[in-house]
Order: sequence, then C-alpha cells, then structure tokens
Amino acid sequence: MEEFIPEEYDVLRNAELCIACRVCERQCSNEVHKFDKDLNRMIADSAKCVNCHRCVSLCPTHALKIVKNPDTFRENYNWPSQAMKEIYRQANSGGVLLSSMGNPNEYPVYFNKILVNASQVTNPPIDPLREPMETVVYLGKKDVEMKRDINGRLVDTMPPQLKLSVPVMFSAMSYGSISYNAHEALARAAEELGIYYNTGEGGLHRDFYKYSKNTIVQVASGRFGVHSEYLSAAAAIEIKMGQGAKPGIGGHLPGMKISDEVSKTRMIPKGIDAISPAPHHDIYSIEDLRQLIYTIKEATAYSKPVIVKVAAVHNVAAIASGIARSGADIIAIDGFRGGTGAAPTRIRDNVGIPIELALAQVDERLRQEGIRDNVSIVVAGSVHSSADVVKAIALGADACYIGTAALLALGCHLCRSCHTGKCNWGIATQREDLVKRLNPDIGYKRLVNLVTAWGHEIQEMMGGMGINSIEALKGNRLMLRGVGLNETELRILGIKHAGE
Amino acid sequence: MKRIYVNENRCLGCRLCEWECAFANSGLDEMFKLKGRFGTEFSPRIKVEGEEKAGINFAVNCRHCTDAVCVQSCIAGALSKTDEGMVVIDRDKCVGCFTCVLVCPFGAIMPSADGKAAQKCMLCTDNLSGSPSCVSHCPNGAIVYEER
Repeated sequence: MEEFIPEEYDVLRNAELCIACRVCERQCSNEVHKFDKDLNRMIADSAKCVNCHRCVSLCPTHALKIVKNPDTFRENYNWPSQAMKEIYRQANSGGVLLSSMGNPNEYPVYFNKILVNASQVTNPPIDPLREPMETVVYLGKKDVEMKRDINGRLVDTMPPQLKLSVPVMFSAMSYGSISYNAHEALARAAEELGIYYNTGEGGLHRDFYKYSKNTIVQVASGRFGVHSEYLSAAAAIEIKMGQGAKPGIGGHLPGMKISDEVSKTRMIPKGIDAISPAPHHDIYSIEDLRQLIYTIKEATAYSKPVIVKVAAVHNVAAIASGIARSGADIIAIDGFRGGTGAAPTRIRDNVGIPIELALAQVDERLRQEGIRDNVSIVVAGSVHSSADVVKAIALGADACYIGTAALLALGCHLCRSCHTGKCNWGIATQREDLVKRLNPDIGYKRLVNLVTAWGHEIQEMMGGMGINSIEALKGNRLMLRGVGLNETELRILGIKHAGE
Repeated sequence: MKRIYVNENRCLGCRLCEWECAFANSGLDEMFKLKGRFGTEFSPRIKVEGEEKAGINFAVNCRHCTDAVCVQSCIAGALSKTDEGMVVIDRDKCVGCFTCVLVCPFGAIMPSADGKAAQKCMLCTDNLSGSPSCVSHCPNGAIVYEER
C-alpha cells in the first residue's frame, strides 16, 4: 500500500451469507480475497480492491458489497481528498499519474441538457412497428459532379461509401489494449449488425481477416501493424491524429501487455513498451495530411473511404475544415470524455472540449463554407444511449462511435484500472487466464442486443418526431431545445432554449 | 440424448458449478444455508479438474456413457440406464460397495457425503432445478447441455 493513502473502498462481507465457496478469491486478479485457515473463514484486503465488482457479480449468495471507504481526511473544500491522494501518490512514485477510461469529473454533459421534440396534432407521429423507418446511413464523400458518357448515360462517379444499418459503430480499441476475445466479440457483432468495428492502432490479428468487410483499420502515429495486406483487407482506413481522452499526446502500451500474439500483430518486439509518438512525424500541415490520405488511397486503388480522426479541441472547426479539404471522406471527432486504456490523468481530465459543442461547431462551419457534403461526420466521446445518438445526429453528425458503451456491454464495470493489465472481466488484459473470462460467444450477442435495442429506440424517437429516416433528422436542430443552458452555449450548439 | 459438455477453453476454474450442484441437490431453500456443510453434509456431483491457477480447468460430471462400465459393475442393480440413455442411480438399492467409483474412467461417481451410498449427476432430473444447475449458473457459458 502506498504511504499515507487510505484504501478507497471497503469490501464488506455478510458473514451470515458467506459460505466460503472461494469463488471471489479465485476470480480476483488483485488478490483481495483469501480463505484464512486459522479463522476458517474468508477475509479481504480492501486496500487492493479496485471496485470492479467481479466478486460481487459472481458471489452466489450475494454476501459481498463494496462501499466507498467512509474514512476521510479532515474536510477541506480547497483540498478535496482526491487532490491530496494524488499528491501522496506522486510523492511516492515521482511519476506522471495514469488513469483509464474517460474523464470522470463534473463537467457539464450537454447531451443531458438537450431535449428532443415530438409531433402533436399538426403533424402526425409515425409508428415504426407499422410503417417503414429508415435507419441506414452511408458514410463518405457525397458531393460529386454528375457526369454523362457519350450516350448521355450517367457515369458512376460515387466515391466509396460505408453502409451502416444503424448510425452506430464500435470505436477504435486496439488489440493489445483490449483482449483477443474482446476483439472477436466486436468483430462478430459488427458483422451480424451490418456496422463496423475499428482495430485501433494495434494492427489486425490474422484470425480476424475474415471479418474484414466490417473492419475499419487504423493508421496511427506508431504505424503498428500497418502493411499493404492490412490496408487492403479493411472496409475503410482511419488515420488517427488524436484521441479525445488524450489530445496532443501519443499512446503507451505497457510491455507486459505485449504478448506473443500482440507482438506479431503489431510487428514490434515482445515485452517492450510500445510508444506511439504524439504527432505523426510526417504530418505537420493539412498538406502533409493530404499526402498521407492520397498515399493510402493510392495503395488501396481508391476503393475505400479514408477517415481522419481528431480529438475535439478548441479550434476543431477550423481543423475540420482543413480535413474536409484534404481529401478525407469521413471526419471522426472524439470528445474530451472519450475513453482510453491508459492516459496521463492530467491530460485526460483537463484537455479537450465537449463533443456536443465541437460537433455543432464543425457542422456549422462546414455548412457555411459549403463543404459539408465533402465529408461525413462521425462523433465519439461518451455516447451513453440511443438518445445521445439521436441528439448527435440532429446536431449534425452522420453517425456515432461507441467505445465505453460497447465495453460495458461486454462486462466492463468502469473500475478504470485498465492500465494495470489485470482486468477481471477479460477485456483490458492479455493474461490468458483473465482473457478467458470473456466468452466471445456471449459477448458478441450482448453487443448485438445492445445495438439492436438502440436501433429500436432510435426508430421510436424518430417516429415521435414524425421523421422516417436518419437523413431527415441529420442536422435538424429545430428538433432540439436546450434546458439550463446560457446564451453562449445555445449559440454554439445552434439550438433554442426550451419554451422558445 | 442431450448431455452436459464442458469447453475447457471457457472454463475459469471458479468452481461455482460445484457449489451450485451441491445446493441444487441439497434440498435446501437458500444457498447460504450450505455454510459449513459443504463436503460434510452435501457434496457436489461435478468436479472441476485442474490445479488452482494451472491455466486450464474443466468441470467433469457423468458422461452417461453408451456402454457404461459403472452399470455393468454394480453388484446391487442400483445403477441402470434409462430408455433415453441417462445413467441413473437408485440410492435405496445402493449397498455402498463403491465398485462404480473404482471403475468410472472419469471419476464422475463418488460416495455421497454421508458415505452410505454412491452419488452421480442425473442431469438435475432428481431435484427441483428444472434444468442442469451447473449449466444455468456457469458465469462464462463453459458448461453446455446439448445434443451432439
């Protein structure tokens, strides 16, 4: 235990209910639980607990409960206990603080301050169970010149598009940061749902080439696992310029997560930390970006859309305008709440802007400049529900990426300890005994269930508004109203206040 | 005939199945009442093989062999096969000689906790579970009940 830091949680065991089956002990990779032979009962070392709820979920008699340790430092508004603990931690280690998953701090969640319209009397709502309701979207460049051949027939000049059955995709999570089984679950779910999953920057495992029709491959600053076969296998290629959880910095996969298979897939040495640099060393301008985009397009015979992913930062609208002119087919924007397997705490908690504001501004800017149809916009960074998807589309997005929500469906309990590599749910780990815990047969069905459910809900919400296609909802900000937002926020979002 | 199969690539060795089995066959109404009685009063008919932290585990229970040696070896006529092919034991006929325990190649028959008779998995047809309890309670879908 680190000096001066009291344990964060208390593991409470109801002695009457505990039958000492030791399932908790066998399932805890943090070694919290132990059967004590002297006392002839189970004991727990709460200091090691990360509150992942694996033991609580599996305890057959519901004898376990994990609560926040009520132990407090002397109360101080100016020095909350979290700030004090972080000081102690750094004084212990001398290092940069690491965290996982998205920004947990109390910043406004704008999606929760936006309300959706519904039809009453003057325009009828639509019942999606009785009438057709279109949730298919196509992502890609739309503004093409109409061309006719010598006989006056239309020539097909449509650039490559991605067809999604619902406007939801699984966002980039690399093999390495998450497990083989997690990837398999995502890939199979994407195939069954008719959507896409994203390899992240970890390359594509040989076993998953068969799902390539539903795979977006990523080319990130580390260029891990990038080769011509990888590019040609994919349905689309994403150039990752930034990530919402850690804008402005690269990635760092700890050596212990680099197993034989990860090493082979990433084409890097085993057991040695994999560092992706903060910038792409060949990209220092929009012109440079354009070169990479066209290099990739050339390499894949102009048959696949190219996505450019950026973190939502202060001048994202201008950046997006540049990207839209650089030849990209799709822009992915990742908000400051986006998740990660590991990021420096200070970056995760203090850098970037909310996705709702970034999206509204990017859409607005591209429209004003008359280049909105050059690109599709995909947004990410804590899309919690189908309602968030509906709101994002009405704000101008073409589709959403879900990462954290997908992991939750796979069993993640948001303990935010991914960086330790000891994920008890078999997701963010490469330890074979832990990876096993995520059965992809179960996992993929849960993902399919989640997105199917969201699909139904999206249809219901659209029907309520009297809209029967995603296309008609896109950028339809009149369907949105803000609550409790000030004039600046409303102006940036481009929506009216509720009641107006 | 539908049998219980285990996928060793999915089995976590958590041993939840052993406890659920003991509970299902205990006649108790609440699982926590097994406290202190597991192995002494109630013992499971399924056993997870593989050492702790060995990396590979699998739960084993009666295979309901087509040509069941336990049935052939039973001196009291307590073990028999049903028409469907399930190997069943009649506790009242069992004399506790445990020849079946010796001959079972899977170690799937064991003396019951009281030591008076042998016990074996009867696919939860002899209790109130409705379906095999180990299957429905496996947290990783490693134990399946299916026709193969």
